[in-house]
Amino acid sequence: MPISRQAVDHVARLARLALSEEERDKMQVDLTKILEHAERIQTLHLDDVAPTSHAVPLHNVMRPDEVGESLSQEIALAGAPESADGRFKVPRILEEEE
Amino acid sequence: MSEILYMPATAMAAAMAAGELSSREVVAALLERAGGTQSALNGWLQRTPERALKEAHAADERRAAGKSRSAFDGVPVAYKDIFVTKDVVTTCASKILEGWVPPYDATVVERCDAAGLPMLGKANLDEFAMGSSTENSAFGPVRNPWNTTMVPGGSSGGSAALVAAGAAPWAWGTDTGGSIRQPAALSGVVGVKPTYGLVSRYGLVAFASSLDQAGPLARTVKDCAALLGLAAGHDPRDSTSIPAPGATDYLAGIEDGVEGLRIGVVKEFRAPEAGVQARIDEAYGRLEKLGAKLQELSLPSFEFGLPAYYLINPAEASSNLARYDGVRYGPRRRGEDVAQMMSRTRGEGFGAEVKRRIMLGSYALSAGYYDAYYGKAQRVRTLIIEELDRAYSSVDLIVSPTSPTTAFRIGERAADPLAMYLSDVYTAPVNLAGNAAISVPCGTSEDNGLPVGLQIIAGALDEHTMFRAAYAFEQDLGWILSPEGNPGNDLTAARKGGSS
Amino acid sequence: MNVQTQPSYETTIGLEIHVELATKSKMFCSCRVAFAGEPNTRTCPVCLGLPGSLPVANERAIEYTMKIGRALGCDVAGHSLWHRKNYFYPDMPKNYQISQYDLPLCYSGSVAIATESGPVTVGITRVHLEEDTGKSIHAGGRGRIHGSDYSLEDFNRAGTPLVEIVTDPDLHSAEDARVFVVELRAIIESLGVSDVRMEEGSMRVDANISVRLSGEAEYGTKVEVKNMNSVRSVGRALAYEETRQRAALDAAEALVQETRHFDEKKGTTSQGRTKEGSSDYRYFPEPDLVPFEPSAEWIAEIDASLPEKPAERRHRFMSEYGIGATETAILTTTRATGDWFESAARAYGGDAKKIVNWLIADLYGLLNESGQELSDTKVSPGRLAGLVKLVDAGVISGKQAKLVLTEMFASGKDAEGIVRDEGLEQISDTDAIESAIDAVIAANAEAADKVRAGNTGTLGWLVGQVMKKTQGRANPKMVTELLRSRLMR
Ligand SMILES: [Mg+2]
Ligand SMILES: [Zn+2]
Repeated sequence: MPISRQAVDHVARLARLALSEEERDKMQVDLTKILEHAERIQTLHLDDVAPTSHAVPLHNVMRPDEVGESLSQEIALAGAPESADGRFKVPRILEEEE
Repeated sequence: MSEILYMPATAMAAAMAAGELSSREVVAALLERAGGTQSALNGWLQRTPERALKEAHAADERRAAGKSRSAFDGVPVAYKDIFVTKDVVTTCASKILEGWVPPYDATVVERCDAAGLPMLGKANLDEFAMGSSTENSAFGPVRNPWNTTMVPGGSSGGSAALVAAGAAPWAWGTDTGGSIRQPAALSGVVGVKPTYGLVSRYGLVAFASSLDQAGPLARTVKDCAALLGLAAGHDPRDSTSIPAPGATDYLAGIEDGVEGLRIGVVKEFRAPEAGVQARIDEAYGRLEKLGAKLQELSLPSFEFGLPAYYLINPAEASSNLARYDGVRYGPRRRGEDVAQMMSRTRGEGFGAEVKRRIMLGSYALSAGYYDAYYGKAQRVRTLIIEELDRAYSSVDLIVSPTSPTTAFRIGERAADPLAMYLSDVYTAPVNLAGNAAISVPCGTSEDNGLPVGLQIIAGALDEHTMFRAAYAFEQDLGWILSPEGNPGNDLTAARKGGSS
Repeated sequence: MNVQTQPSYETTIGLEIHVELATKSKMFCSCRVAFAGEPNTRTCPVCLGLPGSLPVANERAIEYTMKIGRALGCDVAGHSLWHRKNYFYPDMPKNYQISQYDLPLCYSGSVAIATESGPVTVGITRVHLEEDTGKSIHAGGRGRIHGSDYSLEDFNRAGTPLVEIVTDPDLHSAEDARVFVVELRAIIESLGVSDVRMEEGSMRVDANISVRLSGEAEYGTKVEVKNMNSVRSVGRALAYEETRQRAALDAAEALVQETRHFDEKKGTTSQGRTKEGSSDYRYFPEPDLVPFEPSAEWIAEIDASLPEKPAERRHRFMSEYGIGATETAILTTTRATGDWFESAARAYGGDAKKIVNWLIADLYGLLNESGQELSDTKVSPGRLAGLVKLVDAGVISGKQAKLVLTEMFASGKDAEGIVRDEGLEQISDTDAIESAIDAVIAANAEAADKVRAGNTGTLGWLVGQVMKKTQGRANPKMVTELLRSRLMR
């Protein structure tokens, strides 16, 4: 099933990727092709098979509630493209928190 | 000189211990080789010569004082530039991380430091390890030392090419669907994907977290076993790290041979390239000659491994790569508002393949598609695990080609992502199951003279048996890159002829 | 007369409450958990989302969540899983939140509340654990998100353990929702796992509210109300929203499913700017964290550690100590207050109502004046009990006791010590009082005569004179008795 242009636009927005028209065209073609290849798993009937999310069967991995060292403000901000008043600076936010 | 370049790491360590060689001599020779081969191969993203020499000096002093940190103190190493290194730029071959100087070290780096391994530099890779050719680096493709018009495989192509060209005795790579084994095969070196959870992922920039595993590349099986042993073991900073993985001295018992081992040959995995399959068939014969019991093994679910892999890896990647948004690190593109700033930063900062995976993964996870894609792929994963578990009741190891083909031309598969993805067909299922696997050279193809790799797969934490078989095979075949027979000499010879 | 039947409406409210846990360190790293402070000084590669970093779950945060779950009557899942909730926001370092999805830690509980219309049982759908975000400051404009020029991000709070509690849609009025929040806050407070201060954001309440015609099968259009920053705001915001939705239905206007924000000053809600249909969180199991499967022993240990429920304590206080509902409510606002009262009552051993009076009328007065909390004061439960005992024994008068309490509040000394140091013991020695009386009678012969003639009013005046002479230390009862026997028999 080919992927629609709307789906490409929707996913690009979800993933915060600015794509050119050409990129969107190519993306539509590539994704369709890759998903067609993936379609072969649709022939399998796997309703009774449990999904595997982790390759190792571990559980209850926890750390004690102990305080360790933090980075200094200077080091925390060292990689920031822009900062002010000890904080990371970003352009205005239009949408509220979801 | 050339003797140092192609000396196995284990031999270097022995020579240093015997007082016949210093770490400084080794580092100096390798740094020269690194400089000499860089323009031809583009294997390095960052070189750290001053640091390497300083660390080599310190290692020599420790040895003189009888205070060596390990048996390999002073043997230098290269890291794929996806390992986070404190104070050394780490880019993952992406423009989006250009110039990023991490404030911390990966656990693997920390442990190798603790063992006294001087850092030579950071090796080139496919951007964020996404690719099978190392063409997807924002800083230019890596070339195969066997033929510089060919790819070295990927994504650990820089690590593989450097080791093959004698610019590093060993190197760390990462393997998500074949990214250590496939470039090892295409470059004629040994590469190991350890059991998931054996080597800490802390400080390893995440691509697909449930599949990623760090592992060694070297010219000999013993070197791989030794390097793995230096970093393997539990790390409390990685929740998926196996708490008690057993003995991590992989050199112990490595010479015990394959006599009596039951080895399954995957019926479904026959390389389409005749020159490859011919070498693989020879390899099977050799294992049998050495006393292993070979039997045909059918793994029908493996056919679905690659499609499942190409749903799971982009899904996890789409989430792992969300953090590159121009807020806390990396370069930023301007935008009217924060959403536009992030979209532009990401749109311009990521390369085509990374964007493709992010799109594919976001789509596979999005409302209405999860069950059909990601959810179903996870169930296929269960099938593969169950099938392998059943197989291990009748065999000790499983063998197949590492890659369906030998090295291909740069640009040949660039326009067709699916053709590139097929490179991982024999390797990716192993990552889905979390098992261990090694690629060991089995000579060159008669068709084109390029290296072919044999994949040996072992059950979880059965690295010891895997190394035993690989070592027996390697020793019997006798095909190891040496000062006489190697692809690196031509590169520097040509350069020397031109410049000096 | 033309009687119009008013349509009868039914309001449905479900709440989503976030509570920050008072652990020492963050959820997935060892940075300190604290309120405010210099920005970006409590971060590390993990909570800053640096490439390569990995989360490891805080054991105490998991324990606290199970405590909350059990205190709310929930089952603890035998197998629970972390999920990633994916969306972009600049206060979220990884642009995904580690949260829980279809396999939360705790589920299926209930909380009983007493409302004006009788007892109501509110179902608890789930209790899960997640990580908090950083904090944005909106600069330029009016410090609000809209109209600001840029924002500044502080990640000190990022990664603080956050428990999310979701109720079933069992609340049917704004007041009931408010009562529920008060009760929930008391329960969590009693566990000692969170500050639960709505004003500081350690407890945050969001509501889903809809209105439908009574008897209708389908719920009305659901509106999410946010930005309610106090318990009172919850009541006000939902009452406003209830009225607004009813008015819309009356006017046959269509309601839209949306997020609305409460304006504390105006007392109204207004439309938010979340783009509808944009929330596609692409949840999937967090590959960096493994499943959680608590042992039956651990759950039993947690059950054994749970304190008395606030509602049970209220009933017990009323029946055991004979205290009224109003006083009980004051004494049980926090677990610490109730504990304080009980240890004072126990140390005293007499009628606990006396302790209640001293505590609520007097000690709280001093606390209010100085802006302190009960937990800050130097007056210990034992010392308050000691003070009341001195009054009972007649060592000091009630009036003097208030002065002693003030001194105790300031210095932290015990009542006996203050009485001794200040020389406040009452003079109960007959000889000493007699000599004072002699002096007063001698100086006021006329008044004494009046008393002898039966003028009781003047007796009172003479008592006052004796008290004055003894600087108030004479036992007034004894003075009266002695004067009476001297002059009136
Ligand atoms: Mg939440
Ligand atoms: Zn932290």
